Amino acid sequence: MSKASSNARTARFFHRLRASTGLYLLLLPSFILVLIFAYRPMYGVVIAFKDFKPALGIAQSPWAQPLIKHFLKFFNTYQFSLTLKNTLALSFYSLLAGFPFPIAVALAINQMRAKKFQLFYQTVSYLPHFISTVVMVGLIILWLSPGNGLIGQLYGIFNAKAPNLMGMKSAFSSVYVWSDIWQHTGWNSIIYFAALSSIDPTLYEAATVDGASRWQKIRYIDLPLLMSTAMILLILSAGNIMNVAFEKVFLMQNQANLSASEVISTYVYKTGITQTQYSYSAAVNFFNTLCNLSLLIAVNQVSKRLSNNSLW
Amino acid sequence: MKKSGVRISRSDSAFAAIVYLLAAISIIIIIYPLYFIIIASVSEPSAVSNGKVWLFPHGFTTDGYKALLQYSAIWLGYRNTIFYAAAGTAWALAVNIPAAYALSRKDLPFRMPLNFYYLFVMFFSGGLIPTYLVVKDLGLFDTWLVMIVPFSVSIYNVIVARTFFSTSIPADLLDAAQIDGCGNLRFFFSIVLPLSKAIISVLALWTAVGIWNSYFNALIYLQDKAKMPMQIILRNILITNQMTSAMGTGEAAQVALRQANLIRYAAIIASTAPIMCFYPFVQKHFNQGVMIGAVKG
Repeated sequence: MSKASSNARTARFFHRLRASTGLYLLLLPSFILVLIFAYRPMYGVVIAFKDFKPALGIAQSPWAQPLIKHFLKFFNTYQFSLTLKNTLALSFYSLLAGFPFPIAVALAINQMRAKKFQLFYQTVSYLPHFISTVVMVGLIILWLSPGNGLIGQLYGIFNAKAPNLMGMKSAFSSVYVWSDIWQHTGWNSIIYFAALSSIDPTLYEAATVDGASRWQKIRYIDLPLLMSTAMILLILSAGNIMNVAFEKVFLMQNQANLSASEVISTYVYKTGITQTQYSYSAAVNFFNTLCNLSLLIAVNQVSKRLSNNSLW
Repeated sequence: MKKSGVRISRSDSAFAAIVYLLAAISIIIIIYPLYFIIIASVSEPSAVSNGKVWLFPHGFTTDGYKALLQYSAIWLGYRNTIFYAAAGTAWALAVNIPAAYALSRKDLPFRMPLNFYYLFVMFFSGGLIPTYLVVKDLGLFDTWLVMIVPFSVSIYNVIVARTFFSTSIPADLLDAAQIDGCGNLRFFFSIVLPLSKAIISVLALWTAVGIWNSYFNALIYLQDKAKMPMQIILRNILITNQMTSAMGTGEAAQVALRQANLIRYAAIIASTAPIMCFYPFVQKHFNQGVMIGAVKG
């Protein structure tokens, strides 16, 4: 009896499998691409534990002696503490400074009663998001060029000589972070605005009847409801703490600011692609990935405890 | 005006005034730096460096644009970028949209492990060098294919589209079609796709803008100058040469620097204007996409 029913279940399962052939066909191209270009490189991570020689291939290359040779080498270079410090500093600066602005912008957009102005404001504030990183860094350099740029004009008003911010290593992180805020605040506010538009209007009506001011409605209705969205975004960005955007940092680097702008990802690029130290670069990269993953898991765990917001 | 029981208090109108004031200030902060580039691109370079260009162009000139027209590398880059953006977007949609639909189906066998298979690569990757070695092994290094095929699966876009499918394609529709003997493939192509124009156009726009603006893949995987996309050429004009041209002092170097800046202003405008002009017309779709993704991220 039980055997018969388990046979029937197996038969049903195979029937369902066969009926799903079409769905698997739809999935197939992306499945193969992910397999080749995302999972195969994961196997390639073993070169971090080998002395990889391109002529021998990954499998034939000898194991490193000791196995973690390249990691130890990285921990012993002066770049280790430098890149780690720069990466963390840049990440936390971006995270903390960039966090409140999109929420404020979303709240403000939500308060605009003139619909035409609201639409205009959204269009304008999202616009810089579509500037490419290359052009953005080009703009930063032009704006901040002491002789020709906006900054020269600004200081000119006060008859002062503008500093060359791109040549100052102490200014690097601020230029990086605040130009990012300029570019992406509007766009990042969309997700909060979406959360605000899903708030039940009767909540506001009830608050109005109770004599709540607009500020009180924000304080007691909008902000608490935005917190869970904010939490999820915070967890996600925690998983990227060590992934400072390579593109922008790399483009903003110059000889003068290098000691403040060398981060792990640019170091991986230089040792790997430019100097072709494949195993070493892969080891640095793998160290970075592990840090990220553990941060993500840790923050997710904390958030689960404190606020019931979790990715899984 | 009809008087309701509740009056709009004075503090509320003050509050609204503050909101609009801050909004106006932030609009100026966003627009003015961009406007400055536009007027600087058609002004006499010496007027720019003397601080005379403030609200209007000074000493109107189109020399920057003329010099840019002579610069053949950027037009080759422009052509390549248009090709990469068109082919890359078409390919990415053909790969991502069907995958998103299959994953949205609750009756897909092995749905959970498959979802995990895709999500995992968002949080863990082999890294730069292992990926680079795979591309090299497959003979894709320095080919135009590398700009289109290998990195076309966007997990984020798949999630957004999956959410769209599972919230806006009614389950009854599938039941009815299945009773009529309609298979999964036919159902997808003749019923789901026509109902999904909104999400398809959102993802098409995102992908196209992404390819238009990207330079990382070209930096790593391309060497041939003739295949370079516009952003790589722009990097040479805007950033790399910045260092060399700033070297040297004296009047001649200053004049050369100003002339180079004029070309830079023009290059920024020529490369960014297409997106900036196009964007306001499709803005609504962009937002919708983010909102769909936000429903269940």
